[in-house]
Amino acid sequence: MTETVLKKTPLNRLHRELGGKMVDFGGWDMPVQYTAGVIEEHMRTRTAAGLFDVSHMGEIWVEGNDAIRFVNSLTTNDVTKLSDRQAHYSALTNDNGGVVDDLLVYRFGPEKLLLVVNAGTTDKDWEWIASHKEDQDVVLTNASADYCQIAVQGPNAVAILQPLTDVNLDEIKYYWFTTGRVDGVESIISRTGYTGEDGFEVYAAPEFAEQLWNKFLDAGKYGGEHGILPAGLAARNTLRLESGMSLYGHELADDISPLEAGLGWITKPQKGDFIGRDAITELKEKGPKRKLVGFEMIDRGIARDGFDVYVNDKKVGYVTSGSPAPFLKKNIGLAFVPTEFANIGQEIKIDVRGKLLTAAVIETPFYRRKK
Amino acid sequence: MANIPENLRYSKDHEWVSVNGDVVSIGITDYAQSSLGDVVYIDLPRVGDRFGTHEAFGSVESVKAVSEIFTPVAGEVVEVNDGLNDAPEKVNNDPYGDAWFIKVKMENPGEADAMLSAVEYEEYLSSQG
Repeated sequence: MTETVLKKTPLNRLHRELGGKMVDFGGWDMPVQYTAGVIEEHMRTRTAAGLFDVSHMGEIWVEGNDAIRFVNSLTTNDVTKLSDRQAHYSALTNDNGGVVDDLLVYRFGPEKLLLVVNAGTTDKDWEWIASHKEDQDVVLTNASADYCQIAVQGPNAVAILQPLTDVNLDEIKYYWFTTGRVDGVESIISRTGYTGEDGFEVYAAPEFAEQLWNKFLDAGKYGGEHGILPAGLAARNTLRLESGMSLYGHELADDISPLEAGLGWITKPQKGDFIGRDAITELKEKGPKRKLVGFEMIDRGIARDGFDVYVNDKKVGYVTSGSPAPFLKKNIGLAFVPTEFANIGQEIKIDVRGKLLTAAVIETPFYRRKK
Repeated sequence: MANIPENLRYSKDHEWVSVNGDVVSIGITDYAQSSLGDVVYIDLPRVGDRFGTHEAFGSVESVKAVSEIFTPVAGEVVEVNDGLNDAPEKVNNDPYGDAWFIKVKMENPGEADAMLSAVEYEEYLSSQG
């Protein structure tokens, strides 16, 4: 048996001090929950604030004359549409139009972009991106170890962060960012997140991770009845699922088209050539055979990842993510089904350990915050 | 450290039983609820169902995972704690009190005596690291 050494974020020690239950997450030693538990962490993020260590995410700099052209040739969204200090959600696609990874693209300038990719796919993405550089005028830097990333999410996010920075946070719109000092620490402050709430993701040098984390806990009144709570991977997953967001390895994979996964809104074949464009254009013309749908359990029971989906006693698809939704207080999930069944109100059956339980296709996102 | 009351008997699957004549109440231990995390759903059998020793009689689901629960003793279900359907969080809050799952009339009333004592269960937990 080989002993694998888990990678640690600069906040590992604090997670343990806070009672984090540590698990192996794609080779990273990460807290799945803290002492409050997943439901409370989820609810507090919706009603006050949650604090998330996302330092395991990967950061890749693309710099040079061809930076925009290069990233545009690798991803589905249109990088030429970004302004300085604006970010967008996008996908790296392969020749078959499948998804290598989903990512955020940040434009720092016309010759400087930052790609933020999933932790478990950082190495794969790096190799993929580097292998397509060829003779283009770009310098690639895998800077994943140079950053901690801390997400402050929830309706109190502005109130928590604003006293710690001179940057006027009201001027940063959703999916925009800026650079500035947070508690004196040079940071990237991005109004983004993976919870469906308002909030920020703060990137800084790893040696400041503990300082920032503790500052955010203090500023958020951690320990108080309505204070911020550190939130683990379990809450991160239920929050993103309620908000109808995809998770790589579940809704997205090398053999899943962004068009099947409901990511047509970040797929812009009209922008010009990119890897996988032909396959995507062809699929768009024909129409995908299967589609990702949201469902709600009607029968008592919880659908879990990988469970089979039936219509008219025939197996037609599978659940990509299924879970109780702590805020909505129902059992929900996402599933791939043939396009003919991908309609709101369609009744489906899910094989829950041998019992076929009834569920209904409903609209996503399941949860949408009030603005 | 997990709470392990002295007056109960335990299984290696982390069930506890409380013996009252030839009837036992069955629940899951503090260690089990803590490992599962927030319990959100419990699937229980019906009164009159019969189970052999170490047979799955239902399941407990937390937000993250599902876990089967086993009968440590053979017998017939004589009572089901339906109150857990509406308040599954009791399993986390009070695993040894209100959160018993079922009561079983034992086929072999001596069977519960062969289960682990509190001390033995604690040793078992330590040996599991």
